[in-house]
Amino acid sequence: MSQEQVLEPAEAGGRAAAPPTTAVGVADIPAGGGRSRLLDILAIATVIAILIDLYGALLWAPTEAVMGDVQRIFYFHMPSAWLALGPGFTVVFVCSIMYLVTKDLKYDRIAAASAEIGVMFTTITLVTGPLWARPIWGAYWTWDPRLTTTLVLWFIYVAYLMLRSSSAAGHKRARLSAVFGIVGWVDVPIVFMSIRWWRTIHPLLISGQGMSLDPSMELVLFYSLAAFTLLYVYLLLVRVRQEDMRARIDELRQQILSR
Amino acid sequence: MTSTLETRGQREADATVPELTIRVRGLWKYFGHVPALRGLDLELEKGRFLTVFGPNGAGKTTLIKVLSTQIGPSEGEVMVGGIDVVRDAHHLRRRIGVISHNTYLYPNLTGLENLRFYGRMYGVSHLDDRAARLLEEVGLLGRMDDRAGTYSRGMQQRLSIARALLHEPDIMFLDEPYTGLDQHASRMLRDVLETLHTGERTILLTTHNIDQGLEMCDEVAIQVRGRMVYREPITSIDRSAFEQTYFEHVGKDYRWDS
Amino acid sequence: MGFLSQSWAIARKDIIGELRTRETVVSMLLFGFLVILVFNFGIEPGLREENLVKPGVLWAAFIFAGILGLNRSFAAEKENDCLQGLLLCPVDRSVIYLGKFLGNFIFTVLMGLIVFLFFSVLYNVDIVRDILPLGLIVVLAAVGFSAVGTLFSALSVGIKTRDVILSILLFPVMVPVVLAAAKSSGVVLDGRPLGEAGLWLGLMLVYDVIFLTVSLMTFDYVVEE
Repeated sequence: MSQEQVLEPAEAGGRAAAPPTTAVGVADIPAGGGRSRLLDILAIATVIAILIDLYGALLWAPTEAVMGDVQRIFYFHMPSAWLALGPGFTVVFVCSIMYLVTKDLKYDRIAAASAEIGVMFTTITLVTGPLWARPIWGAYWTWDPRLTTTLVLWFIYVAYLMLRSSSAAGHKRARLSAVFGIVGWVDVPIVFMSIRWWRTIHPLLISGQGMSLDPSMELVLFYSLAAFTLLYVYLLLVRVRQEDMRARIDELRQQILSR
Repeated sequence: MTSTLETRGQREADATVPELTIRVRGLWKYFGHVPALRGLDLELEKGRFLTVFGPNGAGKTTLIKVLSTQIGPSEGEVMVGGIDVVRDAHHLRRRIGVISHNTYLYPNLTGLENLRFYGRMYGVSHLDDRAARLLEEVGLLGRMDDRAGTYSRGMQQRLSIARALLHEPDIMFLDEPYTGLDQHASRMLRDVLETLHTGERTILLTTHNIDQGLEMCDEVAIQVRGRMVYREPITSIDRSAFEQTYFEHVGKDYRWDS
Repeated sequence: MGFLSQSWAIARKDIIGELRTRETVVSMLLFGFLVILVFNFGIEPGLREENLVKPGVLWAAFIFAGILGLNRSFAAEKENDCLQGLLLCPVDRSVIYLGKFLGNFIFTVLMGLIVFLFFSVLYNVDIVRDILPLGLIVVLAAVGFSAVGTLFSALSVGIKTRDVILSILLFPVMVPVVLAAAKSSGVVLDGRPLGEAGLWLGLMLVYDVIFLTVSLMTFDYVVEE
């Protein structure tokens, strides 16, 4: 190989933009594959943060005067919803674009991991919402814009995961799911607008400024948000690491087979 | 097109090297994690007719798909007609014609409509005259207003040849074109191919049929497991000795598998 | 040969093929009629007169029937591997997208108008009076539906369970179009001026523009290999 390049240095230079030398772009993964110190620290931090969160939300925060203890669901419902709608699916969108631009499967794996975790948090949102709504609104479900948008969102990202699971791993799957990841994310604000206009009268519990929460409740809520974000980051890193390993194993297996 | 001509000009200025229509270096193509082409090298001079023999699964179709811009290489350098297949696929497509065992014909359109459609896509001028002349050459003038779906396999393949020649390509790729043809149709296809081999047109044909593959070509190659393992000019080849060589190479492969 | 004339050549060959076989449009229509019929049995007779229910039935029929056409759109290109032949042509990939989009759009509008006609007879709606505003709504909805649908049809064509996957991908993304189309046609069926549905028509227009753009930008990645 090197001999050829010596013979024609101009050609070798011209191919500077050639594709990466490994088929799956996992060359950067440490071959040792042992434990990651960062992940260990993060795991411990996440466990502690969530334990404190549980204490704060379930015991420390004062009981809401009108709704009673049911209101405590809110400390889990809101952070889940935020993570799913915010970072969870936005990471899918950004990494989809990054994959299409760079053709680096690393981004595909991050997008997939984030979509899985996003679907998980959306599911938590959709389950905790009705649990709270039943005693308060007297119905499990209302076609409130937030709720309905979350449901549509859930369908979009479950479709994303279905698309992934129905094709074989590789660049083709990465391309197709990236395109869908982009279209799905662009669709979400339009869905939200359309549903908001569709249900012009909706029970606004938390209007923009009217978060009439007790300061200690507010503190727990924001703490909970932080703890859940930490959980998201940890889960994402673990999942991406798993997928990196899987890709590396596949590649090593191929190297052995094609020897 | 001008850039192509320039590259050609520069190449001719080199003079010491004959003009290469196909130059492939270290070509890898993965499907998922499975490599179909494994560091394949190939060179073919302008105007030559090369037959690539190989068993099923050797990656012959993959090679043709990469050369004809249908799929991108995973790794390696692929130049066809002086054009990089990754960077300038669009210009290369004007110059290549592909005949595969799939005909690329719309069964609900008539023979003439199929040619007209593809002619429009290639921007062929004087399309009707060109289509009529090609239909005559492949002996389908009488059936040109029948739907392609009603044609026999041999007729469809002949129409497919006309389709591939519409834009007068100077590089032809033929991927197992004899598949599914009876003797008569094979004979006709052979005759048409013979007229294509003018010395101006570079042709690459893949097949696993030794008799059909050796008929018209200038050079012979054997592809096994995603690599070229043999290459000789036709003049130095004796049919029965070649058959022996071929089975030796393929046999090695099968032994490896088991 | 311009961009548009080549796109039109692709749409034209789809239309000629369809005129010969009538495979797609006939099955779309039949399916649309059936959806209306089935809904009819599911709805209380009193409610049937409500203008709140009618648009829902109409657009459910539109979407379900429309997806049959999209299923066929790229599956038809797989016969004889025509899609490869098409991709071998020296045309920009967006020409191919636009051509397939045009074909799907024409089939969808045609299907939509005929399903509306069938519906108007069964539900005693005077559709002729409102044919212009309803036609506008059908066109706006069909653009959005075909824009995303053509992209997803290409996206799912290589997958074994492509019919199911296409529906699962398309339905949630189509929610805004269905809502806007149902709401605005409700306004028209109520005999109110179309201006009252301005917000919804605007939403569809925005949707159409956004997704035509996104699809044109991403189609390359769907068909390239």
